[in-house]
Amino acid sequence: MKALEIKGLKKTFRSNFLIKKYHILNGIDLSVEKGEIYGFLGPNGAGKTTTIKCVMGLLFPDRGEILIDGQPAHTVAARSRIGFLPENPYFYDYLSARELLFFSASLFNLPAAAVRDRIEALIHQVGLSGHEDLKLRKFSKGMIQRLGLAQALIHDPDLLVLDEPFSGLDPIGRKDLRTLILSLREQGKTIFFSSHILQDVEMMVDRVGIILKGAISREGKLSELISSSIQYYEIVCAHISEKELAKIQPNFACRDGQFSITLASDADINQVVESIIHHDGRIVAVSPVKMTLEDIFFNEMRPHRPATTGDNQ
Amino acid sequence: MKLKIMGIAVNTFREAARNKIFYLLVFFGILFALSSKLVSFLTLGDSIRVLKDTGLAAINFFCVLIAIFTGINLVYKEIEKKTVFNILSKPVSRDQFIIGKFLGLALSMLTALAAMAVIFFLFVAWSGGGFDLRIVLYFFMLFLELLIIVAISLFFSSFTTPILSFVFTVSLYLIGHIMWTFNEFKTVLRSPLWRYFTQGLYYLLPNLDKFNIKNEVVLNTVFNPWTILFSVLYALAYILALLAVTILVFRRREFQ
Repeated sequence: MKALEIKGLKKTFRSNFLIKKYHILNGIDLSVEKGEIYGFLGPNGAGKTTTIKCVMGLLFPDRGEILIDGQPAHTVAARSRIGFLPENPYFYDYLSARELLFFSASLFNLPAAAVRDRIEALIHQVGLSGHEDLKLRKFSKGMIQRLGLAQALIHDPDLLVLDEPFSGLDPIGRKDLRTLILSLREQGKTIFFSSHILQDVEMMVDRVGIILKGAISREGKLSELISSSIQYYEIVCAHISEKELAKIQPNFACRDGQFSITLASDADINQVVESIIHHDGRIVAVSPVKMTLEDIFFNEMRPHRPATTGDNQ
Repeated sequence: MKLKIMGIAVNTFREAARNKIFYLLVFFGILFALSSKLVSFLTLGDSIRVLKDTGLAAINFFCVLIAIFTGINLVYKEIEKKTVFNILSKPVSRDQFIIGKFLGLALSMLTALAAMAVIFFLFVAWSGGGFDLRIVLYFFMLFLELLIIVAISLFFSSFTTPILSFVFTVSLYLIGHIMWTFNEFKTVLRSPLWRYFTQGLYYLLPNLDKFNIKNEVVLNTVFNPWTILFSVLYALAYILALLAVTILVFRRREFQ
């Protein structure tokens, strides 16, 4: 059974006195396996937050089905299994971290005795020890984000839905959050998060889905997407003259006294390497250059972007 | 379910209780009630009666102000600052949210009114007046009126902006105190259509004058217990109907 399954999700917004329709989601289909980290990628305005709000019952889909662990997302049973961190979370600034977590626990009917220990453990887990009685108006952005994660975890959910969790965090905060999310996967949690910070996504996710203009344009395991996407092969060599190298392979570049040869396929690698060695050259490296998640993302986006933005920059 | 509603109610009360403007209005309510002593010095006749008359009017005014302010502000802030996301994304129904908010606001009103009432009683006793059980009844009726005002402001703030909510709530409050004029229309209007229309409004809009028993309290006249009982039932029915409509509206609300 899938942790989260979205089938044919459609959503339109109306404006201008209900006359004009904006199609935000045009039939989203995606599924998240249990125990995996799923990165939900897309540019601003692609429909990431709208999809997440539909999952969390804050928006009502026009069409489609959302299942959490096989149950419709709007049911109490399904909602009890999800922990949610909204984008740029805001909490009651007149409360302390501890008070907010007690309030969150009260919304799950959790027994008071168990809640006390759980709150202490969570405060420690998200790195807020020593700040638990500080009013939230004095919290930094990073501290709010940590607290947001703690309140999402208060009922020990199976599935965590995080909307742009890295947004606004400094490099240390991002690293801490990555470590925390990875440790949650170790505990068997499923994590579904949206982001446009591709570096962070690439470092953690098992699978990704790219949403563009309200539809999933590509979905799959990150390892498969990247390994199936070798762009070219690179041979780096030294101790050989430019003249000799030009006879072997005319396309090369010179960098810091070394030469870099680019080959479109692996068919000619052996021949080129042998020729370089034959001319007393030294092979420094032979490596396939794979596409990064960023390359995959921009390739997907290319047809949707205006030509003036300059993809090659 | 009860724990969830209580959680939201307690948090709403806590928000009101930690709001400086709430304290300021309670403070001014007490200050104006106490300043009625000055008015009693300047007036001829029974000074205790004048003190009660102006003191109760001051408490009434500031309590209504608190009810409108907190009723509109607290719900709007939940939506505007998106704290409502953290509640509705949990296994909490929208019905529970509205009921919890209303109970929290009711608790806030009770606290504000109780604080003003206790100080007012002490002040009357210090000024030479005895304990008057009728004033307790006055505060009880005022509390019912405040609950209706809170329910009205909750209804408007569930779908519109604070400024419009304020305008609508204040308008209904003012109309609610001149509802008798709607009843007079049936003798003046010739067109049956207009007569039905004004009669419809008479039954639809809140008749808040039912809860104003200040004259009976101050002038020491006899109460009709059936009128009081009818007013209590009217308040309960009106609040339940308003909450039901608010819930229906809020169930359809989307949070973009």
